Amino acid sequence: MKKRGYYGNFGGAFLPEILIATFDELEAQFEKIKQDPKFWDTYVQLMSSYSCRPTPLTFARNLTNYFGGAKIYIKREDLNHTGAHKLNNVMGQGLLVQKMGKQRVIAETGAGQHGVACATMAAKFGFDCTIYMGEIDVIRQRPNVFWMEQLGATVIPVTNGTRILKDAINEAFRDWVSNMDTTHYVLGTACGPHPFPEMVTYFQSIIGQEARKQILEIEGKLPKRVYACVGGGSNAMGLFSGFLNDPVELVGVEAGGKGLASGLHASRLSSDDASPGVAQGYKTYFLQDDDGQMKETHSISAGLDYVGVSPILADMHDKGLARFESATDEKVIAALKLTMQKEGIIPALESSHAFAQAFEEAPQLSKDEIIIINQSGRGDKDIFTVADALDDPKWKKFIKTKAEEYHA
Amino acid sequence: MLESYILKKRQQKDILLMTHIVMGYPDFEASYKIVKQMVEAGVDLMELQIPFSEPMADGPVILHANQKAIEGGSTVLKCFEFAQKVAKDFSIPFLFMSYANILYKYGMEQFADKMAAINLKGAIVPDLPPEEGKNYITAMEKNRLAPIYIFSPETSENRMSYLSTHGAGFIYCLARKGVTGKATSFSNELTTYLERCRQATTLPLAVGFGVKDKADVDFLKGKADIAVIGSQTIRVVEAKGPDAAGDFIRSLF
Ligand SMILES: Cc1ncc(COP(=O)(O)O)c(C=O)c1O
Repeated sequence: MKKRGYYGNFGGAFLPEILIATFDELEAQFEKIKQDPKFWDTYVQLMSSYSCRPTPLTFARNLTNYFGGAKIYIKREDLNHTGAHKLNNVMGQGLLVQKMGKQRVIAETGAGQHGVACATMAAKFGFDCTIYMGEIDVIRQRPNVFWMEQLGATVIPVTNGTRILKDAINEAFRDWVSNMDTTHYVLGTACGPHPFPEMVTYFQSIIGQEARKQILEIEGKLPKRVYACVGGGSNAMGLFSGFLNDPVELVGVEAGGKGLASGLHASRLSSDDASPGVAQGYKTYFLQDDDGQMKETHSISAGLDYVGVSPILADMHDKGLARFESATDEKVIAALKLTMQKEGIIPALESSHAFAQAFEEAPQLSKDEIIIINQSGRGDKDIFTVADALDDPKWKKFIKTKAEEYHA
Repeated sequence: MLESYILKKRQQKDILLMTHIVMGYPDFEASYKIVKQMVEAGVDLMELQIPFSEPMADGPVILHANQKAIEGGSTVLKCFEFAQKVAKDFSIPFLFMSYANILYKYGMEQFADKMAAINLKGAIVPDLPPEEGKNYITAMEKNRLAPIYIFSPETSENRMSYLSTHGAGFIYCLARKGVTGKATSFSNELTTYLERCRQATTLPLAVGFGVKDKADVDFLKGKADIAVIGSQTIRVVEAKGPDAAGDFIRSLF
């Protein structure tokens, strides 16, 4: 029996029979492009002309001085077109869809960043596009819903289950099993059945490749540690990929929500609350009860609010190849505020988790040591959530006035 | 064994009927009533679904039933107790249907041992293909239980025979693409596909997804051994209550 896509005990392809042939085709196509050196060149070319690659590696001088420890560098995935690392994966899969001759793409989205990226790619490549988004996330991330629709995508709010990211994934699979002849499911993170974890990592590895080259050019040496937030794990795998064979500590930061003790979090690898399980087509650590029913998760950031995690990261966790921490909503907001004020940079709430953990550790490192934080996305999309968290009176007044205008 | 039961029954009937319930939906008392009604109306086999929070292969009707059952307190333990009771009270074979995680968390071996102990006959686990189910298959074989595999219209001949060698009891043929509970067109295309299934395996064939009335069941006579009614019984019970289950089944003959 052929077992595919395993990372230690995790991964695999727990597929309903109806999708087996579709995955065989996808896997074969992916193997083909991996063997083809021209494909990667095409991809890099596309990303440098349509997006902003290579994205800069910014020295955060003020934050470095403020903490008085390690030199802090920020990898600027927020400067990608559409404002997050999500575009890397989406454009790669878009090229693959062209090769497979399909005309329609579907995707799940949590924060809406992946949905916007996917809708953008679909517009550029001329594909039909449907985005599934949990009803709660539709409310949390309205601006992204607006843009997806303007870009020509159909956004379907998902009202099943916990009405967030995992439920959107289930719904996308339900669409796919009906329409796989015409449709490719652009999974947005390094999760799901093989080959998705590997394939998404492959496209996102452009982050780590660039970051490694850039830091060597600027500093002439490798960083001590690199930090990335972990939702499904794609921006983390992207950054980590550049440093797998180096003496660099890889730190993944999960959503600590209201604190690990409260149970209201999405920390699969940094808490003891998750256990190995099989869902959504793959095996990993899931936040689940003793029967195997998935639990509700909590995070201020929609993009980290997920029950599972990349099987590749689960394996790295078990083997001690990466360290996993969590940051609470409260610390995340503080880190976001500090970064805005000190550097004039607005990280997404998701990315701010990586900043929060890096800020805890930077003072303990020496001044000749370097750390890199992956700024997976920009925070503009979070304006409503952040304004609420900061309880900004002027913003509230603006919203009230705006609402009155619509009443008129 | 399950297969010989099916073959024997088929000598008396043109086609057998298999129905499906989600255990604990709307509650266990109603579930019991539905089973009783159905068995008395002449159902030949039944699938008992242990609800799962992420039922990827299920459409809106069964998805909703899964969620409500879990919210109502349908645990794996209670499902085992329920299954044990119906298997004792009624003489038809009962099968479990669930998703891989429920078995994985319980332990594949322990799950199969438990099934044997409470007299269940087999299981349908749509997200556990043989490639991922080595421990499951071994545990099922050890207990002489039937791991039931699924053919879909997308399944190649090669894969059909591969699935057939790992399966037992019968093969569950999906009438179409998609999830449970959507409309199916009972057409020539379906006939051709079922002929392909027939060629690929000597196991009896069950056909499910979209089978909802007498016309659909009649269509399958001579082409398959078992007609599977899934979402439609849930719809009937939702609309008319558990006591309507028997009349609905009788309307299919
Ligand atoms: C800006 C940003 N960062 C991070 C994530 C988390 O995803 P991943 O762990 O796959 O990078 C998201 C997901 O929506 C996101 O929008």
